[in-house]
Amino acid sequence: MNLYDLPDARGHFGQYGGTFVAETLIQALDDLKAHYAKYQHDAEFRREFEYELKHFVGRPSPIYHAKRWSEQLGGAQIYLKREDLNHTGAHKVNNCIGQALLAKRLGKPRVIAETGAGQHGVATATVAARYGLECVVYMGSEDVKRQAQNVYRMKLLGATVVPVESGSKTLKDALNEALRDWVTNVDNTFYIIGTVAGPHPYPMMVRDFQSIIGEECIAQMPEMAGRQPDAVLACVGGGSNAMGIFYPYINHENVRLIGVEAAGEGLDSGKHSASLTKGVPGVLHGNRTYLLQDENGQIIETHSVSAGLDYPGVGPEHAYLKDIGRAEYVGITDDEALKAFHECCRIEGIIPALESSHAIAYATKLAATMSKDKVLLVNLSGRGDKDMHTVSMKSGLSFYCHPECELGRHAAASPNKEQIVQLLKR
Amino acid sequence: MNRINSTFTALKTNKRTALIPFITAGDPSIESTLPTMHALAKAGADVIELGVPFSDPMADGPVIQRSSERALAKGMSLKKVLAVVAEFRKTNATTPVVLMGYANPIEAMQREHFVNAAADAGVDGVLVVDYPPEEADDFAAMLGKRDLAPIFLLAPTSTSERIAAVGRLARGYVYYVSLRGVTGAGHLDTVEVAAKVGEIKKIVPVPVGVGFGIRDGETARRVGKVADAVVIGSALVQGMFGAYEKSAGDEAKFAEQWLSAVRRSLDA
Ligand SMILES: Cc1ncc(COP(=O)(O)O)c(C=O)c1O
Repeated sequence: MNLYDLPDARGHFGQYGGTFVAETLIQALDDLKAHYAKYQHDAEFRREFEYELKHFVGRPSPIYHAKRWSEQLGGAQIYLKREDLNHTGAHKVNNCIGQALLAKRLGKPRVIAETGAGQHGVATATVAARYGLECVVYMGSEDVKRQAQNVYRMKLLGATVVPVESGSKTLKDALNEALRDWVTNVDNTFYIIGTVAGPHPYPMMVRDFQSIIGEECIAQMPEMAGRQPDAVLACVGGGSNAMGIFYPYINHENVRLIGVEAAGEGLDSGKHSASLTKGVPGVLHGNRTYLLQDENGQIIETHSVSAGLDYPGVGPEHAYLKDIGRAEYVGITDDEALKAFHECCRIEGIIPALESSHAIAYATKLAATMSKDKVLLVNLSGRGDKDMHTVSMKSGLSFYCHPECELGRHAAASPNKEQIVQLLKR
Repeated sequence: MNRINSTFTALKTNKRTALIPFITAGDPSIESTLPTMHALAKAGADVIELGVPFSDPMADGPVIQRSSERALAKGMSLKKVLAVVAEFRKTNATTPVVLMGYANPIEAMQREHFVNAAADAGVDGVLVVDYPPEEADDFAAMLGKRDLAPIFLLAPTSTSERIAAVGRLARGYVYYVSLRGVTGAGHLDTVEVAAKVGEIKKIVPVPVGVGFGIRDGETARRVGKVADAVVIGSALVQGMFGAYEKSAGDEAKFAEQWLSAVRRSLDA
């Protein structure tokens, strides 16, 4: 067996990854690298990490056979890894616990994070509350508007949410701002990056913390399906849920690894977030990877119905796995993801996150082309509660909103009775 | 010989501190960059740092972020920056020009191609904020082949091993970031700066410039006592934009008057 052992000591996955940051951050990264190397295999650290995953997150998450749906499709059997059942509702929390435990050991009383949809922000705010750490979350001001509910969740958990007004006012700009905060407050602050991107050691460290997902699958699949799957599928934003489930399977050569990117309004529409499928290699946020950029090397705005996939870059290890052909990367459009979202609700009684719906959508397409004895394992990375607003709007429905809140959005300072009556009639 | 080296040699003979203004190419307008460069040279700039705007300037504070956004909105690109430098060289053969920016626009142009185009345009040095020495071996070698100086940053957190690593690759000068933070950030501690610059000078064989946090003649004068060069960016960029907003076209004149005043304080 060809043993996979990446990244190298300098954080490179082939030509990807690395440490492309200003000198001002190098010391902090070296420090993090040294501490991670020390605690990674430390028995007490592992014990605490596993204890928290079990008792605070609720691991192991089950694997579920989507039997009815598989039957209707008439092809391969679809199994779902239920990361949606984790505390806080997505895989993000696995990584946050790992990094927060490191922050504690480094003696840093303050953690910061970037967030797009707000899932990583909520997970970070949650663990910060759990460990008594001060928490500041950077979020593009566009996303603050789109994800009001998660902003409120973070505030309930005691975090400060800072809207970011620079650039495109979305996830990539939140990441820039978090890096700026870190440079400024490097002495007392730990930066909890939410995906397998950023400078070394983040892509490796986040992958390691998330690989609990794939490790559990390897143990669970024989019991559930009698064997390991023919293919493992996951959505790819920055790529953490995908690396988490792929990594333990990399050396299982007969298992196909399929990453599903957001094709938005179509791969040729220019409105998508398919960095691996449509991007070219470059340098952003501390690593070399595939990026969506214009001919002058400026990063371009991306689009996806799911905020968590709306990112112009992708973790460097995915770039490497694509180039060596170990993993395949495909696109699913907004419409296809929404269709899978509704089907998953109706057929299986599970409301999936829009991000995860991309992976499910591709699995249903693929299953239909395969025989019934084949097995597909899909990472159901999160639940869809956070997406109610987006989905209802896409369906042309107005999600219920208290009259005062509607009026608030119309900027009426104090609504009069008539306005409220009008709104209630709508 | 590279213009940066001859400039610093002359400064040393005259016991003067180099004054290095930074402007973002393309801000406040594409047309203003060339006249502003000439104005800065006239006002006593020893080296001009020309910022290449990037969509994601992660090491910059709000002033230069906004400045980059404006420049990109006006259509500035790395290719156009090189064209401005070539124009500048038609009438100024002596003032060194250093490009300062981020890796991705350079990688998008292909690094080898960029180095040749920059050398042909008359660029003298290149500072890529997100190429620390561990990722810059091959790029520094490419620059060296065309006698362009790779300029590196050093920080308050840089250890002596890192200072030595930078010293091995650096040509022209090194740029000491005087505080923990981004460009344009608050106060700098002159005593701390003096101590660190002293440490760097013992290890690094090229002149040491100090920047991030120098905003006027007074801070320039204080830092100038311990550094070989002072770099001044955000305050100038902000002032130029203010002048432009009041009356478009006045920004070069503003830059000249403003930098002349800083020059006088520095030389006092
Ligand atoms: C449920 C869910 N899945 C997937 C993602 C995408 O991130 P990644 O590709 O790092 O797993 C997000 C990000 O917010 C998410 O909330």
